[in-house]
Amino acid sequence: MDFLRATTWAEALRMKADRPDATPVQGGTDVMVEINLDKGRPKALLDLTPVAELTEWSVESGNIRIGAGVTYTRIIAELADRLPGLAQASRTVGSPQIRNRGTVAGNLGAASPAGDSHPPLLASGAIVEAESVDGTRMIPVGDFYTGVKRHALASHELIRAIHVPVKRGPQYFSKIGTRNAMVIAVCSFGIALNAEDRTVGTGIGSAAPTPRRAVEAEAFLAGNWPAGDLDPAVAKRFGELVAAAAAPIDDVRGSSGYRVHALAVMARRTLGWAWQELRNGGRS
Amino acid sequence: MSIATGRTQETGQGIGQSLLRPDGTLKVTGEFAYSSDLWLDGMLWGATLRSPHPSAWIRSIDVGPALKVPGVFAVLTHEDVPGEKFYGLEHKDQPVLAIDQVRYQGEPIALVAADHPETARRAADLIEVVYEVREAVTDPRKAAFDLTIPPVSVHGNLVRHQPVRVGGTFTADVVVTGEYEVGMQDQAFLGPESGLAVPAEDGGVDLYIATQWLHVDQDQIAPCLNLPKDKVRLTLAGVGGAFGAREDLSMQIHASMLALRTGKPVKFVYGREESFFGHVHRHPAWMRYEHGADRDGKLVYVKAEIVLDGGAYTSSSPAVVGNAASLGVGPYEVPNVFIDAYGTYTNNPPCGAMRGFGAVQACYAYESQMDRLAEACGLSPVEIRVRNAVSQGSLLATGQVIDTPAPLADMLRELDAMPLPGPSSLDLRELPGGVAQTTHGEGVRRGIGYGVGIKNICFSEGFDDYSTARVRVELLGDEPHVLVHTAAAEVGQGLIMVKTQIAQTELGIDRVTIVPADTTVGSAGSSSASRQSYVTGGAVRAASLAVKERLDALTADGRSLTQVLAEEGPVEETREYRHRRTFPMDPLTGQGDSHTQLALCVHRAVVDVDVELGLIKVVELAAVQDVGKILNPLALEGQIHGGTAQGLGLALMEEIQVRDGKVLNPSFTDYLIPTILDMPPMKLSILENPDPHAPYGLRGAGEPPTLSSTPAIAAAVRAATGLPLSRVPIRPDDIALAVLA
Ligand SMILES: Cc1cc2nc3c(=O)[nH]c(=O)nc-3n(C[C@H](O)[C@H](O)[C@H](O)COP(=O)(O)OP(=O)(O)OC[C@H]3O[C@@H](n4cnc5c(N)ncnc54)[C@H](O)[C@@H]3O)c2cc1C
Repeated sequence: MDFLRATTWAEALRMKADRPDATPVQGGTDVMVEINLDKGRPKALLDLTPVAELTEWSVESGNIRIGAGVTYTRIIAELADRLPGLAQASRTVGSPQIRNRGTVAGNLGAASPAGDSHPPLLASGAIVEAESVDGTRMIPVGDFYTGVKRHALASHELIRAIHVPVKRGPQYFSKIGTRNAMVIAVCSFGIALNAEDRTVGTGIGSAAPTPRRAVEAEAFLAGNWPAGDLDPAVAKRFGELVAAAAAPIDDVRGSSGYRVHALAVMARRTLGWAWQELRNGGRS
Repeated sequence: MSIATGRTQETGQGIGQSLLRPDGTLKVTGEFAYSSDLWLDGMLWGATLRSPHPSAWIRSIDVGPALKVPGVFAVLTHEDVPGEKFYGLEHKDQPVLAIDQVRYQGEPIALVAADHPETARRAADLIEVVYEVREAVTDPRKAAFDLTIPPVSVHGNLVRHQPVRVGGTFTADVVVTGEYEVGMQDQAFLGPESGLAVPAEDGGVDLYIATQWLHVDQDQIAPCLNLPKDKVRLTLAGVGGAFGAREDLSMQIHASMLALRTGKPVKFVYGREESFFGHVHRHPAWMRYEHGADRDGKLVYVKAEIVLDGGAYTSSSPAVVGNAASLGVGPYEVPNVFIDAYGTYTNNPPCGAMRGFGAVQACYAYESQMDRLAEACGLSPVEIRVRNAVSQGSLLATGQVIDTPAPLADMLRELDAMPLPGPSSLDLRELPGGVAQTTHGEGVRRGIGYGVGIKNICFSEGFDDYSTARVRVELLGDEPHVLVHTAAAEVGQGLIMVKTQIAQTELGIDRVTIVPADTTVGSAGSSSASRQSYVTGGAVRAASLAVKERLDALTADGRSLTQVLAEEGPVEETREYRHRRTFPMDPLTGQGDSHTQLALCVHRAVVDVDVELGLIKVVELAAVQDVGKILNPLALEGQIHGGTAQGLGLALMEEIQVRDGKVLNPSFTDYLIPTILDMPPMKLSILENPDPHAPYGLRGAGEPPTLSSTPAIAAAVRAATGLPLSRVPIRPDDIALAVLA
């Protein structure tokens, strides 16, 4: 196994172009586990951790551009006010050690349907900035996931950053696990209200081959945007439509029946919290 | 490893003090040398080829492709086992390497030694095995009762059937019945199976190994290697937890075979996934109970059928069945008893020893029944238990008289009187689901439950259960110094401090060194059955007293201890210590004084359940345990916390999921054990009602809390949800989908 180490972004892109078979390493919290388990031994590793540019985030036209090397710990500490959904999801990832190393870019690179960053990225309409020696592609996150643990990157592309819109209303993330910490999602849900447009974004995790939005639920709520208090019937219907958008399986972590049920509950509850926050003028 | 404490009796050593363990800090800082850290220059690495099938004929094995791999030194199959081909704790029925057939998924078939662990693993994968897959026998109740099921074992499909028969009245005013199930729990120790075998010049082997009982390993290894016992020398390496999973052999014979064949040291370290196939698990259980009582809630009878699935090989299943039978009604006075406990052979993963050993499964069922009975009689869970509680003088179901203090009713009252925790705040960490934010309080209901357990301490049913200690006092740097040598395995329970503190107390000398455990001293018996403080503690005490007697005689002429040791040299004594004799259970009636000591623990659990999502937060666990005598308060509390946490794991999350004989979740990603956010703070009350038969009056303490925490938590969840919940671990589905329906 070759070990390549890029010190600048330009060098990383060149290396990836030369060695499209190289597996990028950011925090390594997925890559190293796979290697230890002897799953798909990569021919080469491309270490991106020395690339300083990647560890920065910036504000760009209403979006936060999160460099591929920004850890969950920093998202929680530095971006919770502007990206509350993503920060809440980050807070549920693994343990402090994992959050100190793991990144959203790595979560995207792994493209596990259970990855915790996906629901909030979907709900807020994030865009993946992919780059190669050929140039930059901006991929809406909904188009990024192409199958179980598969994504839309070309073999010579790397993730440079993720552009996440600054919140335009309350956001919540909710995740079911069979213990109270350090657990892979049985299923999860992210919601982002856009108070100005009167629209809602959604993201479902761990309940279909890829993370996905609940498009009908979004349309339903936009079409039935409550004038004042949230009608429990609307919340319930929203939950049902979210559940209907899922296509879960039975596995060791839970049954499909439970996942569908739990999604409906999480969607209803998170909508309730978001609505209450909206009515309270931003306070939950 | 050796330690020197170096404080005087007057300044707070000896029994009763919270001396710190020498391994504690090292483990927390990552510096402790575990068996997996063993290293010798030029050593080879072993790897094991295991069966992917739970049941199959082996038609052929071709090791050729593996032998061709550069770096491979040896590839061995059952044909290369030098001596006896089978080993086992109770029956020698487990092949060292599979012969013509495999009976469980993960059964070892062939071994490789290579100069790199990767090379060894890859070479093992190249061994070509032709299987003829058979239908696996996986339903233990069918295996036990359906005679048309083909026998898995040479012994048939029944390991042991132990009836218990007392009295003849099986009708009562109030009758409650229930069927209960306990899933397959794993010991989930952190240090995987590992060790190093070093070939010796005399043709023997020196084995450095993490185990629970060096001498029983030696007894099983030597015949398979065709060596006399004195040529198989074992030294305890750093043990990363045990909980029963190291009672059976894993890689001991394999490493020795490869070392003897290659003439080089051979090291094995199982990976995490392999570890799940490398040791036995807790028997899953299917239990049917019927309790009859009078209208005041006084028990008239208990009927029970208990089926424990032992999987493919015997391991310690017979003793596990014995415990489930003899303790099957719990610590209650029951005039009429009709129990049938069965252990079965199937093609499921082999099951054997785990903390609580047969008493855990029964406890979950009889305590669930006591709650049903309480409800049927209109009594509180505490009151029904108090009314039926044993006390000194009561009879167990086996007819054995409890002849030592057993103040269960008082323990329950004390538990009941402990203040309850207040409502949880809305901090996510205090709510079910934690920071994963599944609720802000919606759907959350509180429940309180109680559990009571009784565990036999030390080996039962007539086993010659003893330990050996060699104690030596000598001058070291002009100061009197004690060396304590036993073969007892420190598996993390704190035995090193127990031995140190006993020697300090009996000899009045503060400097004590614990010699590494090995087979150059007599057997200490197993670090299991909560027995080492009792038995090895007893042996250290006896040897210390013998040394003390000689020292007293020598100093009677007025010489100082230092003077005597300088003039006469070291004083050394070796003693064996045995507990009171026990007797077999009658095979037809289960009667007999089968246990030497019994220990009680009671738990109260307070839980918050999100009934809509089935997620649970255990808010508080309170416990009262009678330990007879506290030797080291800190270590003891750790044992109670740990045992309680393991019981919590069984109640709420820990299960090896098996389908068609195959394990679905052999990883810590999917075999979940409680984290610090799952295990709540505990309130503890530790009682000291001495057992006059035991050293210092002590009672073994490691297992009892594992029994009673599981039913207490299950009861609390039932109280919160109103659901019957007859299976542990309780899964979110069991609650959420049932509430929905
Ligand atoms: C103990 C433990 C607990 C965990 N718990 C959770 C959890 O609760 N929730 C959760 O979602 N995940 C969890 N994970 C998985 C993992 O931590 C996350 O997926 C994390 O986001 C991965 O980030 P990383 O930077 O470590 O990725 P890496 O391991 O470095 O990379 C992951 C994948 O992304 C690719 N990649 C990395 N950087 C780039 C890039 N710049 N461009 C293109 N591809 C790239 C890699 O090649 C690889 O395929 C856990 C892992 C462990 C070990």
